[in-house]
Amino acid sequence: MLEKGATAPDFELNATPDQKIKLKDFKGKNVILAFYPADWSPVCSDQMALYNEMLKYFSKYDAQIFGVSVDSVWCHLAFEENRKLHFPLLADFEPKGAVSKAYGVYDDELGESKRALFVIDKDGKIAWSYLSPIAVNPGADGILDALEELNKK
Amino acid sequence: MSTLKPEINDQDHIQGDDSASVTIVEFGDYQCPYCGNAYPIMKEIEETFGHQIRFIFRHFPLANAHEFAFPAAIAAEAAGLQDKFWEMHDALYENQYRLNGELFDELAETIGLDLEQFQQDSSSEEIKRKIEDDFDSGVRSGVNGTPSFYVNGTKFDGGATDLYQMLKESAE
Repeated sequence: MLEKGATAPDFELNATPDQKIKLKDFKGKNVILAFYPADWSPVCSDQMALYNEMLKYFSKYDAQIFGVSVDSVWCHLAFEENRKLHFPLLADFEPKGAVSKAYGVYDDELGESKRALFVIDKDGKIAWSYLSPIAVNPGADGILDALEELNKK
Repeated sequence: MSTLKPEINDQDHIQGDDSASVTIVEFGDYQCPYCGNAYPIMKEIEETFGHQIRFIFRHFPLANAHEFAFPAAIAAEAAGLQDKFWEMHDALYENQYRLNGELFDELAETIGLDLEQFQQDSSSEEIKRKIEDDFDSGVRSGVNGTPSFYVNGTKFDGGATDLYQMLKESAE
């Protein structure tokens, strides 16, 4: 897993069937990457549902959040619509898990991304990373602490 | 290890004795079914362990997922201004199965609130801010879903049933 100080590997992933997100387009902004195993976990304990409620916190720190899993764009679209998510979910779908692998957070056995968080600073360097046990939603306090730390610089 | 931030203060709704040895804080959402399931268990905990327990509820509405979660939190706080926070809290969970926008006035009447005052308070900015402060406290304390429990200031890794079990074991 990539640690603090490493350069965040660039990527280009679909957020919708016809929209691609390139990490390098977000230079000058803080970026939060939340890798997670799969769409459709129960809602009250769902990590994405929590982040959805926190978008104004993230924008206060000039940060954009992306969820990343190996689900396809169509699956992400249905999940976003069902859960009324207001931030992009990226499909690490083809080649499967390539970006998760680049960040060192792919589970070969399950064929899914691990549950991992990265905060990337405005220069594209990893400022904080965290690997959570697969069944444990890591919450958001770690992300906020990392963003706060970046703000102090 | 996640800890409660800020600590319990005079903004909190508190049930039980200040001298209690176990302080439980729940971050909850009135529309969340898991919180609805936890509600009778919390009651049982309070009954079983009596004076040993102090119980605090802070709001953590997942407003995008649950459209009545924030309005319900407002109703509880507005009732709180008439010293009936817990009455409304109980009524909301007991009627969670039929939660909708029209329920709040009905419950306010049932628990004997001054309805006009209740409606007026329900649009207060201060109440909204109080709920947002609770949410903020949850986020800072590492709440990752609802309900989340804190026991004596430290995040408890489990649900209400686990909590009951833990208390029973430590009482033995």
